Amino acid sequence: MKDLLQLLEDDSTLTRAQLAAMTGMTEDEVSAAVAQYEKDHIILGYKTIVDWDRTQQESVTALIEVSVTPQRGEGFDRVAQRIYQYDEVESLYLMSGGAYDMTVTISGRTLKEVAQFVGEKLAPIEGVTGTATHFILKKYKEKHLIFPVQEVQEERFVFE
Amino acid sequence: MMDYSKIMCRRVQDIQPSGIRKYFDLLQGMEGGISLGIGEPDFQTPWHIRDAGIFSLEKGFTKYTPNAGLSDLRSAISRYLKRRFQLEYAPVGQILVTVGGSEGLDLTFRALLEPGDEVIIPTPSFVCYGPLVSMMHGTPVLVETRAENDFRLTPHELKAAITPRTKAVVLPFPNNPTGGVMGRGDLEALASVLRGTDIMVVSDEIYAELTYGGRHASMASIPDMYERTVVVNGFSKAYSMTGWRLGYVCGPRPIIAAMTKLHQYAIMSAPTTSQYAAIEALEHGDGDIEAMRDEYDGRRRFLVDGFRKLGLDCFEPLGAFYTFPCIKSTGLTSEQFCDRFLAEERVAVIPGSAFGPGGEGYVRANYAASMRDLAEVLVRLERFLGTL
Repeated sequence: MKDLLQLLEDDSTLTRAQLAAMTGMTEDEVSAAVAQYEKDHIILGYKTIVDWDRTQQESVTALIEVSVTPQRGEGFDRVAQRIYQYDEVESLYLMSGGAYDMTVTISGRTLKEVAQFVGEKLAPIEGVTGTATHFILKKYKEKHLIFPVQEVQEERFVFE
Repeated sequence: MMDYSKIMCRRVQDIQPSGIRKYFDLLQGMEGGISLGIGEPDFQTPWHIRDAGIFSLEKGFTKYTPNAGLSDLRSAISRYLKRRFQLEYAPVGQILVTVGGSEGLDLTFRALLEPGDEVIIPTPSFVCYGPLVSMMHGTPVLVETRAENDFRLTPHELKAAITPRTKAVVLPFPNNPTGGVMGRGDLEALASVLRGTDIMVVSDEIYAELTYGGRHASMASIPDMYERTVVVNGFSKAYSMTGWRLGYVCGPRPIIAAMTKLHQYAIMSAPTTSQYAAIEALEHGDGDIEAMRDEYDGRRRFLVDGFRKLGLDCFEPLGAFYTFPCIKSTGLTSEQFCDRFLAEERVAVIPGSAFGPGGEGYVRANYAASMRDLAEVLVRLERFLGTL
């Protein structure tokens, strides 16, 4: 059986009543558990995955490799903080391997907007020693969700 | 003008079409319709299994396999049955790979039945057993299982149905449509009735991997039952592989040999691509089974809870992916209920009466559907019940 957190991770639109039925908990227990998860920052938030390419809205996403000089006493965290404070930054990860140190993804309306952010905001941050920007050309899958519409098989009638 | 009704086999003409089909015919073309009618997983076959099938094609494995199935597949089945169900079957001579569990059932009856032989079939159950028995000039003896017994076949019911003509008893557990299961203790009780007789057990274990709250027990693993049991199983439900058409039967050597003879005349060999995919499923698919079962379990709990909250009695199904709520409180027959629910709320569920005696007063609703659809079905059901 999936537990509450697994169910919510898959589909945060499930109602308290649905979650209660699926886990065998009462609705009050579900509400209390979710509140506790939120309080403990185990649940960070609830978002919707949107395929902006299907809308009229222009959008580009870039993945940026960032090289960083660790700061004395604070390692990478101080620099990371200076990066993730920007609203434009969608995600930020500290990476293993030698080529670079952090991966940043940012989204903007145009290539220019993204390039500007890298040049004017990200690269000048103290401790950042280099960046390499890769624009995402097409999204195929995110958070286990597939972007291209999948073909469906012909409807059939079986009396199983 | 030829009168084909005079030409065609009488027994075939006498077989009634399944009561399930009409609901799909009606549902087709219905805008916003939801079907909880079809007995099929809603998951795709896991990718690594599909990929193994594709890879076999790339390697050019496009010929017939040995009649009984690829030896690697039969070895994998043998190891799997030992690992999951403590069953010992030899890859050579005791396992036959078939075109779905359905062919396995057909072959079993063909191999066993003489005209007039009786086959005990607990109902409600999957619709194929009776017609397959009738085609062999056998007599289906339908035994009604009851909600108060959790839709299990009791030793008393079994004993009462046995006559000198009884050739076999079908054990369709975990059960379609009720979701009922038979535990080891329940099987032991039946075994005490069968021990010392020549009655064979046809154990349809196609839903064996889909049990909630306890592992499936096979009749063949009960003392003295091994030699009188044919186990029918397959890949459709456990691995979401319905379209691959692949199953298998295991049993005593002379019976499997007879079935293999029929299989080689009628079928040659099961689909080659499917057999290669199935090896991958058996060897690396345990995780997929758990993941799908966990997913079904949540939906099962949700749907059963939903029915009960709307005032419908609902037996707790511990196997397969069906719920079997009782609709007697509505005053409708199960067919009236299904006809009206479909016409008024565009939801297809199947009348219990389509699954034989004991099914009247119940409907089958599967939970191999998305949570969104299941939630919507409950909304529509509440509205529908309000109009009655």
